[in-house]
Amino acid sequence: MTEPSTPSAPPTVLLEHVAFQWPGSAFRFGVDRFRIEKAERVLLLGPSGGGKSTLLGLISGISQPQKGLIELLGTDLAKLSSAQRDRFRAEHLGVIFQMFNLLPYASALDNVRLGLSFAPKRERRVREKETPEKAAARLLTALGLPEDIQTGQPASLLSSGQQQRVAAARALIGDPELVIADEPTSALDGESQQAFLELIFKQLDRSGSSLLMVSHDERLSRWFDRVIRLADIKHREEAPDAATS
Amino acid sequence: MLLRLSLQSLANRRSTALLTILALAISIALFLSVERVRTGARASFGNTIAGTDLIVGARSGSVQLLLYSVFRIGNATNNMTWESYRDIADRPEVAWTVPISLGDSHRGFRVMGTTDAYFEHYRFRGNAPLTFAGGKRFDDLFDAVLGADVAADLGYKVGDPIVVAHGLGAVGFTKHEDMPFWVSGILAKTGTPVDRTVHVSLKAIEAIHVDWQSGARTPGRSTGADAVRAMDLTPKSITAVLVGVTSKLKTFRLQRHINEYPQEPLLAVLPGVALQELWSLIGVAESALAGVSGMVVLTALIGMVAAILSSLSERRREMAILRAVGAGPSIVGCLMILEAGTLALAGAFTGTFLFLAGLAIAGPIVDQAYGLYLPFSLPSGREFLILAGFVCGGILSGLVPAIGAYRMSLADGMTVRQ
Ligand SMILES: Nc1ncnc2c1ncn2[C@@H]1O[C@H](COP(=O)(O)OP(=O)(O)OP(=O)(O)O)[C@@H](O)[C@H]1O
Ligand SMILES: [Mg+2]
Repeated sequence: MTEPSTPSAPPTVLLEHVAFQWPGSAFRFGVDRFRIEKAERVLLLGPSGGGKSTLLGLISGISQPQKGLIELLGTDLAKLSSAQRDRFRAEHLGVIFQMFNLLPYASALDNVRLGLSFAPKRERRVREKETPEKAAARLLTALGLPEDIQTGQPASLLSSGQQQRVAAARALIGDPELVIADEPTSALDGESQQAFLELIFKQLDRSGSSLLMVSHDERLSRWFDRVIRLADIKHREEAPDAATS
Repeated sequence: MLLRLSLQSLANRRSTALLTILALAISIALFLSVERVRTGARASFGNTIAGTDLIVGARSGSVQLLLYSVFRIGNATNNMTWESYRDIADRPEVAWTVPISLGDSHRGFRVMGTTDAYFEHYRFRGNAPLTFAGGKRFDDLFDAVLGADVAADLGYKVGDPIVVAHGLGAVGFTKHEDMPFWVSGILAKTGTPVDRTVHVSLKAIEAIHVDWQSGARTPGRSTGADAVRAMDLTPKSITAVLVGVTSKLKTFRLQRHINEYPQEPLLAVLPGVALQELWSLIGVAESALAGVSGMVVLTALIGMVAAILSSLSERRREMAILRAVGAGPSIVGCLMILEAGTLALAGAFTGTFLFLAGLAIAGPIVDQAYGLYLPFSLPSGREFLILAGFVCGGILSGLVPAIGAYRMSLADGMTVRQ
């Protein structure tokens, strides 16, 4: 199903001895070592409040660790300026949130195209084949969103399942190397959850992107190459009080 | 695309946005109106008298001389003698003179004695001469020419009789009932004190006062109109003279000569200088007005910042999504500034439109009622600068919510908080 990663290729995600603390909050958190290979699909399990979203924030370069190394595709995030980090995220990452994924006033198509707005290289990659509108419409159709509701009506009128598909299309457009999903299915019932994941995985097969998905639902495990528990990668000495959770 | 999305975002919050624009527009319209009235008043003021090189009267303050001779406000403390007047009028550098004599009233309007030269040489607003709406100049001893307001307020037509009262005040202390005047002409509206003046000949002023000595009627004497006509009615004194010189270069020499006139203490002023002096006295009220309308604009800008700030928390989702697709905090901040700029621009346009609409409707009415001419034109020069400054202020005030959004998007991390 997945291409075997060439040993020479840098890992998609690499974390080493990372320590992080939210400013003004008691929550501390450390990761000794964590990697995701190219085209690998990883499920991150963990209790609520354990720091899963925090970890994703670090990987996507939205938050910066106080200590340690975070590399994406061989690039040390700490070596980038904050503007470069933003650009890097736009070019190489697709993000799906748990909910509230879309600009409610914009159409589904515009929401998907937003994924390219800050990523000129990704947009160029799309334009080599088709216009961004066409690419967005094709992805939305592939993810099962009827064409008549892709434009002309604001995203806020879509059902939550449809909204998640739009969010997935936005994360997948332009084939970013890594898709990050923060509990993207928790707003969906069991059946649509499964259908949603199937659709995403079909697109990932095509693009060869890696996926890091966060959940506290163990039943999703069978879909993934690898399942990791947050407690297993947490650096214990660094956060003795958090280890009890 | 981003621009379109931020406009859609604004449209999504349209009721707040529209209210904000309305508040901005009203204050802008108010500000522009005050500004236009201010410049209009100043121009009208400066246009009250034109073409006259010197105003001459008995020695007093230059502002006082201007007030009573041109604005018909207050009274001359002293008159100048007819001999002095003749002396000045006969000087070689003098091209023309308009003697005026004030002190009487007709139903609350000032009566001014003058000569034909007044209609010839009095100029206002640029260089406009007095024109007649009806009738003609005074011809007969008992002819009177009415200003536009006098005729309109009192309902006089050409040919009506009027009675001139001695002294001032609404009714006049004593009426010169035995000397009835006839309306020979009515002047067109000028927007100057001329509109509120009854003009008669200098001789007529003398005629009224034939039986009067030092302001009170001499008992037992009553000269009939016909008898008066037969008398020598050369005035003994006049209130002031408007002087035109043959060459502008000679103005100062003539002024100096008059100010040093040996026979009698006289004062000659340049109308422009005296107007300037008078305006600087009124200027305090003017800048207070400008200050108040400036505060109105400032308040509106603060209101706009408050509106954007309060929308920030409901827009966290928007910002988190933008962050996730790679928009830096600076771009999120720019969007805030863009929004403030858009609101300010829309406010400025709507405000200008409101202002122009108001001007189109109220402008002619104000001109009619107060003689204040407000030109109907797009904001230009200073007004345009003010508008531009306002939009810049709007963009600058967008910095406040921009900084808020910047902080927020840095602190929120990955979670979309709602
Ligand atoms: N922006 C923030 N500022 C300060 N503290 C935060 C912030 N975001 C999260 N935290 C804290 O970090 C801890 C971990 O939160 P996080 O959102 O990472 O948990 P999670 O594992 O994603 O939980 P859930 O499964 O409920 O989403 C919490 O104690 C939370 O209070
Ligand atoms: Mg979370």
